[in-house]
Amino acid sequence: MGLDKSQIAWRAAQDLKNGSVVNLGLGTPVLVSNFVESCRDIFFQSENGILGVGPEATQKAANPDLVDAGSRKVTLIPGASIFDSAASFAMIRGGHVDVTILGAFEVSVSGDLANWDSGAADKAPLVGGAMDLAVSAKTTWVLMQHNTKDNKSRLVKDCSLPLTAKNCVERIYTDIAVIDVTSDGFLARELISSVSEEELCNRTSGNIKLASDCCVLKAPNITS
Amino acid sequence: MDKRRQSAVKVLKEIKDGSTIMISGFGEAGVPNTLLSQLKDLHPTNLTIVVNSVTRPLSLPHTLIEANMVSKVITTSARGRGKGLSKFEEKLRDGEVELECLPQGTFSERIRAGGAGIPAFFTPVGYGTKLGEGKETRNIQGKDCVLEEALTGDFALISANKADRFGNVNFSYTQMNFGPIMATACTTTIVEARLLLEEPLPHNHIQLPSVYVDYLIESEETDHGS
Repeated sequence: MGLDKSQIAWRAAQDLKNGSVVNLGLGTPVLVSNFVESCRDIFFQSENGILGVGPEATQKAANPDLVDAGSRKVTLIPGASIFDSAASFAMIRGGHVDVTILGAFEVSVSGDLANWDSGAADKAPLVGGAMDLAVSAKTTWVLMQHNTKDNKSRLVKDCSLPLTAKNCVERIYTDIAVIDVTSDGFLARELISSVSEEELCNRTSGNIKLASDCCVLKAPNITS
Repeated sequence: MDKRRQSAVKVLKEIKDGSTIMISGFGEAGVPNTLLSQLKDLHPTNLTIVVNSVTRPLSLPHTLIEANMVSKVITTSARGRGKGLSKFEEKLRDGEVELECLPQGTFSERIRAGGAGIPAFFTPVGYGTKLGEGKETRNIQGKDCVLEEALTGDFALISANKADRFGNVNFSYTQMNFGPIMATACTTTIVEARLLLEEPLPHNHIQLPSVYVDYLIESEETDHGS
């Protein structure tokens, strides 16, 4: 059994530097904030105009005027600020966000990201802030399942779906591995104990190697 | 000076067929629901709407499309929720509505540029993607960029928390989103606010200065405080 979504998010949360500014995408990425203690002084940026998003609001405390980019009613941490959309994207495009953590359909060996157009027939596009974030953040990480439901690799030689941005992903957290995108292809830094190197290679399309110091990927049991 | 008006209908009647309308709102915050529901009753057609998202089938921007009032949508988020097609997606498939989908930062900066007298700008966002296709490109300081032109509109419909009779506006939390920039980019700006004040707002509470605001209408929403 691989990591569940919360465990993938937990693992990524361990790599955030204290004091950094982080934008979390919809889905699994937004769970990362559940695993960051307030003493770490991490400021979550939401592209609708918040720097310093706190935990989701209780029903009683929820203010419909205070939502994040995923439409969750949220709270603010001490030191948080609110601004308009142009200021928010100036913050993003200007490179003031340290890490953006996004979901993805596919990531290529050269770090190309496809995460906004699933290619479903007649469904309209939804890009939101993904392109601005992927192009402009100092670091882009992806959280995703290693394989699709029909066992295709989401790590690929070349993306088949429309690109979000080229050459932007630096690190991928999947249910079975933590993988860096290097000039030499995918490099597994951590791998769960139940998956062998051979199985990892079989489940990954595109050049992948194990780092010489590759560790066992572990995460605590998380009850939601 | 008093920009407050009793009747939204009287003001909204200025919106003629074929107008371009910018609509504030991100998620449920800052959507001018009072103005949109009145506009729906007036039913101008062939509108271009500039709005962050039309993903929610029950939201008023989406119902304008369903009511056959809209011929073009400029947005960042067009995909309907769920696997089936939204009414908008059906109209898109049938060629009844035109769509221009933009990265959100490009969307907001094009509006900002429109209000700030900047005809166009270069951005690396969208380069080499489907959304950059057909756009002029240039390599600037080592970065491949696409040229994006300013967006302007005829009317901005904005939701806010408080406004004074001069047209100075204050927002509540993330209600602000696209409101301040859309107000700068349109010929006529109509703001609905929960509280319309006779007395001026404290100078340092003003997030949208009066020069950008033409009419003020009382919102039918409740006050969430600021």
